[in-house]
Amino acid sequence: MYTYDIADKLLVRERVAQFRDQTRRFLAGELSDDEFRHLRLRNGLYLQRHAPMLRVAIPYGVLSSQQLRTLGSIARRYDRGYGHFTTRQNIQYNWPKLEEVPDILADLAEVEMHAIQTSGNCIRNTTSDHLAGITPDELDDPRPWCELIRQWSTFHPEFAYLPRKFKIAVTGAPQDRAASLVHDVGVHIVRGRDGELGFEILAGGGLGRTPIIGQVVRDFLPREHLLSYLEAVLRVYNLEGRRDNLTKARIKILVRALGIEEFKRRVEAEWEQLRDRGLRIGPQEIERMRGFFAPPPYRHLPDIDAGAGQPAGDQPRADAANTEFRAWYRYNTVAHRVPGYRAVYISLKKPGVAPGDATDSQMELVADLAERYSFGEIRVTHTQNLLLADVEQGDAFALWQALKPAGLATPNIGTLTDMICCPGLDFCSLANAGSIEVAKIINERFEDFDYLYDLGEIDLKMSGCMNACGHHHVGNIGILGVDKGGEEWYQITIGGAAGADASLGTVIGPSVAKAAVPETLARLLEVYVQLREPEERFLDTVRRLGVKPFKERVYAAPAAA
Amino acid sequence: MPRRLLRDRIIVADDWLYASELAAAPATGNGARDGRPPGVILAFDQWIAERDAWLSREVSVGVVLQPEHKVETLAQDLARLSLVACSFPGPSEGRGYSQGRLLRERYDFQGELRATGYVRIDQLFFLARCGFNSFELPDHDLAAGAAAAAAAFSTFTAAYQPANDRGLPQKLQHP
Repeated sequence: MYTYDIADKLLVRERVAQFRDQTRRFLAGELSDDEFRHLRLRNGLYLQRHAPMLRVAIPYGVLSSQQLRTLGSIARRYDRGYGHFTTRQNIQYNWPKLEEVPDILADLAEVEMHAIQTSGNCIRNTTSDHLAGITPDELDDPRPWCELIRQWSTFHPEFAYLPRKFKIAVTGAPQDRAASLVHDVGVHIVRGRDGELGFEILAGGGLGRTPIIGQVVRDFLPREHLLSYLEAVLRVYNLEGRRDNLTKARIKILVRALGIEEFKRRVEAEWEQLRDRGLRIGPQEIERMRGFFAPPPYRHLPDIDAGAGQPAGDQPRADAANTEFRAWYRYNTVAHRVPGYRAVYISLKKPGVAPGDATDSQMELVADLAERYSFGEIRVTHTQNLLLADVEQGDAFALWQALKPAGLATPNIGTLTDMICCPGLDFCSLANAGSIEVAKIINERFEDFDYLYDLGEIDLKMSGCMNACGHHHVGNIGILGVDKGGEEWYQITIGGAAGADASLGTVIGPSVAKAAVPETLARLLEVYVQLREPEERFLDTVRRLGVKPFKERVYAAPAAA
Repeated sequence: MPRRLLRDRIIVADDWLYASELAAAPATGNGARDGRPPGVILAFDQWIAERDAWLSREVSVGVVLQPEHKVETLAQDLARLSLVACSFPGPSEGRGYSQGRLLRERYDFQGELRATGYVRIDQLFFLARCGFNSFELPDHDLAAGAAAAAAAFSTFTAAYQPANDRGLPQKLQHP
C-alpha cells in the first residue's frame, strides 16, 4: 500500500495544527458558528443529533493493521467503543467531543491518516474496487491512480469551495464493485484500440433527490492525462455548476442541463488549455506509484477446494465436514488471481447489529488476523464489510474459527441480509427514519439461512432520507424512509443495480408502515421464487417481468394471519 | 479610519476607491495616495458601459468581477487594468478561485488581484495559490496582525498539485 514520505507526514501534521487552531478560536468565541461550520466541514466534522460526528478518510478503502488498530483505539478512547464503516469506504465516529477532535486527528496523523475533505463541498475520498489487484478479471490495478487522485485533490486550492460535494470512483475491472456509475465522476481503466491502457471517463452520475446514471464524457483518455482531464472537469463544474439551489448543485444537474455533448465540448476545450501544463503524469511517476501496490510475497501454492473437501491423500479434516464453515467459505470468500489464495469477507452484517458497525475489539482482532493471514492489510468494501484480500486457502478454517466467536463470520455476503444501510434517525439529523431498526426487523424475519441462500444474490439498500446515503435507488430492493405527518413510512423500489449494468429502481406503490416492511419484502420474494427461471437472479426476474406482478402481490388484501 | 487590507503580505491603507465611494472619499480618508489620485474600482457593468471614458482619464482603473462574470470578457483589456477584484459574496462561494487562476495563468494578468467580500484568514493559503495577492480581510482578522497572516500563507509547506505558486515546493514530480 502507499506509505507516506516526509512531505506527506508533514502535511497531515500541519493540518492537525491548523484544525487545532481553528477549534481553539471557535471555542474561544473568535469564530462564529457559521464561520467555524465552513472550516470544520472540510475536515469531516458534522454537528449531529446527539454529538459531533467525525468521518475519517480511508483512501480507496485500504488499511494497514496498524491503522485499523488505531481506529479501534480511537473508538475506545474518544467514542463509545465502536465505529461505522460507510458506503464510501470511510469510517464514522458518532460520539466524539468537539474539543477532543484535534487529538483524534493527531492520533490519526501518527498512522498516516486524516479526515481531510471527508465532508463539505469539495473533492471527497476517492473510492475503488475492494478486490483491486487480486480479482481475476482485472485489466489493471486502480489503486495507483486512486492515490494519484488522492494527492492531486488534497488541498487543491481551486476546488475547495465547489458548488457541492464531489465524489470520484475508479475501477479496473469490467465488474463494477465501486458504484462508479452513480458517482460525480467515474474513472474506468480500459484498453484503447492499440491495446494500450487508458481511461474511460464518466460524469454526472449520482443518487440523492435526483438519481442519475453517469454518462461517458470521453471513451479513451491516455493515462498521462488523467489529472489534467479531471482538473478540466472540475473547473467547468466549479465555474458553471449551479449555486443558487443546494439540491440542484451537483454536477449531474449541470450535465443534464447542458446535455452530455455540450458538457463534453466545454470540458474538452478547457482540457486543451490544461493538458500540457504541469499535470502530465510521467512514466516514472506512474511506475513509482505502481511500486507501492506491487503484489505481496505470495507463496507458490496449489488451489485446494478448502470449502468442500481436501486434496486426495490428505487426512480427513474436521473442517470439511463442518456445514457452517462450508457455507461461510462459499458465501464469504471469493476467487483470487493467485492459485492457493482466496479473498475473505468479514461480514459486518450480523443480525441485531447496525450494518457496517464494528467495535474497538473487533477492529483490533481483524488487525491481528490480517497480520497473521493476509500480509497485514485490510480493505473496507463499498457494501460496508471488511475484506482480507490475500488469505491462503489452507488458512481459511483457522481464520473462520477466529472470526466466528467475535460475531464476524455471519455467512451472508451477497444475500438479502448483507444490506447497505445509512445511520438513519438514530444518529443523523437529516433522517426521517430509523433505518437501523428496520434492518433489525428485516433480520428477524429472514433469519433462515437456507431460505436466504435459495434466494441467492440480492442487494438490499436502505436510506433514511432523500439524500440516499444508503443508495436505495440502486438496490435490487431499495427502501427509503419518508416522513408522513411525523410518522416513519417506507417507500419500496425494485430493479435497481449499482454495477456495470447500473439502473435505478422503480417505486412499487404507496409507502408502507414500518411494521409492514418485512411482510412487504416477503411478498416480493415469494413472487420472485414463484416466477423465476432456473438460475435467474432477483434483479433479472424484475427486469424480465417488470414491477407489475410484484406490485399486485404486495398490495393485495392482507394475507390471513 | 480608512480601509486597510493585506497586500503582498503586509497590512496597508487601501489606495483604491470603489466608484461608489468617490463622493465620500475625503470624509472617509479612503484612497489616499500621497498626492496622486486614488485608483478607481468599477463594477463590471459600469466598466462595460464606460470603458473608453475611464481609459482616457489619468487614473488607475480596476474592475470587480462577480462570480458569474466570465474572465474571458476582460481578456483584451487586462493590460490596461491595474487591478482586478474577484468577489466572494458568501462563505461557500468558490468561483473566484478559478477566476483567479485563469487571470494569472491563462491571461497572464500582472496587476493587483484582490479578493473581496467574504474573505477570511483561513482562506488565504488557497487564495494565494490561486494567484491573489491582496485581501480585504475583516477588522478582526487584520487585528491579528501581519504575523498571523504570514502564518496563514505558510499553513502548509508543500503542495500536491501545481497552481499559481511562488516558492512553494511541489510534492508531485512529473518527469
